[in-house]
Amino acid sequence: MKLDQSRAPIHEALERFRQMRVVPFDVPGHKRGRGNPELTEFLGQRCIGVDVNSMKPLDNLCHPVSVIREAEKLAADAFGAQEAFLMVGGTTSAVQSMVLTACKRGDEIILPRNVHRSVINALVLCGAIPVYVNPEVDRQLGISLGMKREQVEKAIAEHPNAVAVLVNNPTYYGICSDLRAIVEMAHRAGMLCLADEAHGTHFYFGEGLPVAAMAAGADMAAVSMHKSGGSLTQSSFLLIGPGVHAGHVRQIINLTQTTSGSYLLMSSLDISRRNLALRGRQIFQQVREMAEYARSEINAIGDYYAFGRELIDHNAIFDFDSTKLSVHTLDIGLAGIEVYDALRDDYDIQIEFGDLGNILAYLSIGDRIQEIERLVSALAEIRRRFKKSPSGLLSQEYIEPIVSASPQEAFYAEKESLPLEQTEGRVCSEFVMCYPPGIPILAPGERITDEILQYIRYARAKGCQLTGPEDPSIQSLNVLK
Amino acid sequence: MELWFSEHHTPDVKLSLRVIRQLYSKQSDYQQIDILDTAEFGRVLTLDGNIMLTERDEFIYDEMITHVPMAVHPGVRTVLVIGAGDGGVVRELTRYNQVERIDLVEMDEMVVDACRQYLPTNACRLGDPRVNLFYENALKYIRRCENQYDLIIVDSNDPFGPSEGLFTREFYGNCYKALHEDGLMVNQQGSPFYTEDANAMQRSHKRIANTFPVSRVYQAHIPTYAAGYWLFGFASKRYHPIDDLNAARWNSLGLHTRYYTTRLHVGAFYLPAFLEEMLREVEP
Repeated sequence: MKLDQSRAPIHEALERFRQMRVVPFDVPGHKRGRGNPELTEFLGQRCIGVDVNSMKPLDNLCHPVSVIREAEKLAADAFGAQEAFLMVGGTTSAVQSMVLTACKRGDEIILPRNVHRSVINALVLCGAIPVYVNPEVDRQLGISLGMKREQVEKAIAEHPNAVAVLVNNPTYYGICSDLRAIVEMAHRAGMLCLADEAHGTHFYFGEGLPVAAMAAGADMAAVSMHKSGGSLTQSSFLLIGPGVHAGHVRQIINLTQTTSGSYLLMSSLDISRRNLALRGRQIFQQVREMAEYARSEINAIGDYYAFGRELIDHNAIFDFDSTKLSVHTLDIGLAGIEVYDALRDDYDIQIEFGDLGNILAYLSIGDRIQEIERLVSALAEIRRRFKKSPSGLLSQEYIEPIVSASPQEAFYAEKESLPLEQTEGRVCSEFVMCYPPGIPILAPGERITDEILQYIRYARAKGCQLTGPEDPSIQSLNVLK
Repeated sequence: MELWFSEHHTPDVKLSLRVIRQLYSKQSDYQQIDILDTAEFGRVLTLDGNIMLTERDEFIYDEMITHVPMAVHPGVRTVLVIGAGDGGVVRELTRYNQVERIDLVEMDEMVVDACRQYLPTNACRLGDPRVNLFYENALKYIRRCENQYDLIIVDSNDPFGPSEGLFTREFYGNCYKALHEDGLMVNQQGSPFYTEDANAMQRSHKRIANTFPVSRVYQAHIPTYAAGYWLFGFASKRYHPIDDLNAARWNSLGLHTRYYTTRLHVGAFYLPAFLEEMLREVEP
């Protein structure tokens, strides 16, 4: 880092602006909250008073030249990137901008199946064709892992015209592929390497954590500052390296991003970046220690397995993010989603997600040890009260997709709605997601198999939230005619 | 010069005590600890600005949280006390010869040190050989206990600060597990009068009632606590707080008390109509 990271130009500009007491004859129409007293009472005057429009002293997100530009430069410096872009449409918009920058209609892009839905949505927008790399599955835990080097190598060899390789760094569960090696393979084949770092913001500021995308030489990275970084929900960074043209990326972002960027979101990015640059190392050291403590306490309860760095196999699990607290629950006879529900309904503890075999508690910058004690004690209680024999529980299996049409083609094609049972063998035109963690069971253009239908029925019976199709109850699916 | 200490019982109600001088003021890892000498209530311990006890009225609290369960359970030998770093509950417990072991789990060692120095009438029995002090998080301590106590006394701060974990279902469940099959738990249950306190009281009653087969509430009048009106929870695996009261046995011990009597014991479980209704609302 070379710039003065104690600066926060957007924040400073808003403070100056507040003192100028400018008379607003512009949008937003609530006029510093006066026009909406109920909202002002709820959010607070300080907050609503800086919900303002782009103007000369505050710069413009679509074409930044002053304070937003400075904030971008500081962010790029803090993250070791060539350029950084402030994103106000969530990491979803950062992921879409990466894909839209790298691919156009008909291009192939190599991805792991356990990508976030925003990646496949971007393929619907741009018409690129997915080449899926099977992630390895851990049989015991039932979770999908990273991409092995040889699998990526094989995909590149079989699809030499692909334009990019996308990598989760890390997955929702904290598992990393060998990003440095994949970057090298992609570059050797003339492809870009894109990293979905929705769950990896802290990699840029921690010690003993997996390598961050920019440090590994990746070309673009979508970084969810609002997750481990502490900024407001929906704020995010898009980072690029020297191999991508910054002006082109800005044009791509402006295709879909709002022209009314929220200063609440932008200032939260600015202040959070400053905090991480100045104190991130110490903060994430604490988070890591808390997660390790929680793991050892949870594993001492018995039957639960809070997994950690012992999983590392230097390939499919090249590295593990030890700030993540994932717990395998099947040995107490409960699906992860059942433990997730019990924590919320009986113990007032909201965790990030439960899937079929695991739960994930998200630890971050804001956690304290007394809440960790509550979580551990609640897990001990759930075991004491509900433990049963684990028979009859299906763990999560990877189902290899059969891509029969590009997502865009399938999404816009002529289709018909059929009851779920009659869809076997047909090509699906919509998503079916098990949410969270939001990894597709079916994506537009994929053939429906008996195995997939079984999985959908099981996940529904276990109370997972299934989303995506037009029919919210998922009794029927849209298929190609 | 007049120096006043005030504690807000709600944003619109406060209790003020005239202070003669401040004896102690330190920030621990967990909270701000102060001991004041006041004109009417003698020495006062406050944590984060909330009154924990005063020399003048602590006997009401410490007697009611200790003697009620001791007069019901026929043979308490092992006791776990949670919080209560001032030592008042331990002082009452050490008056029983039958008690063989008192484990006191207090998160904040500085509270104990401060009370030993400035509140000796409360802390006087912390050195009793039957007392074992553990300075740690109570949730963590009790996770490891199974079937080892006759009585658990939860003497916590209010549920909006560092003691929040002691009002949770996971905590009560772990207490259940830590008790013998005829064990019982008594806890300070807050005040039912002001809305925010009442809601917290209902939440914790609901959690206890879902954990223990017997769950009742009893009351006492404590001038320096919110509304002067305080509740305790009585949760038990077997004994009923009135049916199983053995007044003759307790009275034969000859313990001198200033608030508790076995007649008051029964009366304390008879609650006003609004409170009965609030409790019924959340009972299973």
